[in-house]
Amino acid sequence: MKRKAIVSIRECVACGCCVKVCSRKAISVPFGIYAEINQNLCVGCGKCSQECPASVIHLEEVSHEAEKEMV
Amino acid sequence: MKQKKKWYDYLWIFSLTYLILGFFNILFAWLGLICFFLPLIISIGWGNKAYCNKFCGRGQLFSLLGGRFGLSRKKDMPKWMKSKIFRYGFLIFFFVMFFLMLWNTYLVFAGTRELNQKITLLWTFKIPWHWAYHGTVFSDGVAQFAFGFYSIMLTSTILGIITMILCKPRSWCVYCPMGTMTQLICKAKYVTSSQKNSEK
Repeated sequence: MKRKAIVSIRECVACGCCVKVCSRKAISVPFGIYAEINQNLCVGCGKCSQECPASVIHLEEVSHEAEKEMV
Repeated sequence: MKQKKKWYDYLWIFSLTYLILGFFNILFAWLGLICFFLPLIISIGWGNKAYCNKFCGRGQLFSLLGGRFGLSRKKDMPKWMKSKIFRYGFLIFFFVMFFLMLWNTYLVFAGTRELNQKITLLWTFKIPWHWAYHGTVFSDGVAQFAFGFYSIMLTSTILGIITMILCKPRSWCVYCPMGTMTQLICKAKYVTSSQKNSEK
């Protein structure tokens, strides 16, 4: 099992704090509406989750099968 | 891996300088209009929140104070503070107060009210600020706007610092009226552009 960051898009304020701390450049804020995480790049370090001022990014366990589907 | 800093990562210096300049000459408050119009221009013109994401000096300042200087408890915000009702309610309240400030400025321009050399903090507390006013070659209304606008900027900084200390460094970003408004603009722009695309 691996951990991946998931954004609660309904609550996201699109401030972009998570974008700045992601060393994998896995996060973007397309159209300025909510943050989107590229699950193929995310390594589940949790930096974005810690940084998010609204605390709307969570780490979830993803099985290897589910991870393969993402790719 | 440490990311290389870009020029816009130092815009917190601009925000800090702005706040300091207001202590010496209130007319510098007019520069704050940049932080007001730029996010609007970016969101209306390009349909994104690049201002919040990259260029917001105030956010960077909170990040620095709360992060590197450790002035934040780094706790989660209360749920009600991130709710849409609070965010939109605060946006409306902020704008009502902004238009009241504009009305007061108009009254001074029109000559029906005298220049009030005070700063209003948290929309309540009137603080004498006469030392920062050295006269203007224009109408007194120009100075009145500066006092009013600086009051708004200082009030939002104080609120931001309070939530930075109590919650996470950039908690202000969650309920920042400019951030809420630009997100709404981006949503509206996205909906209209996708409607146009589906009609084609």
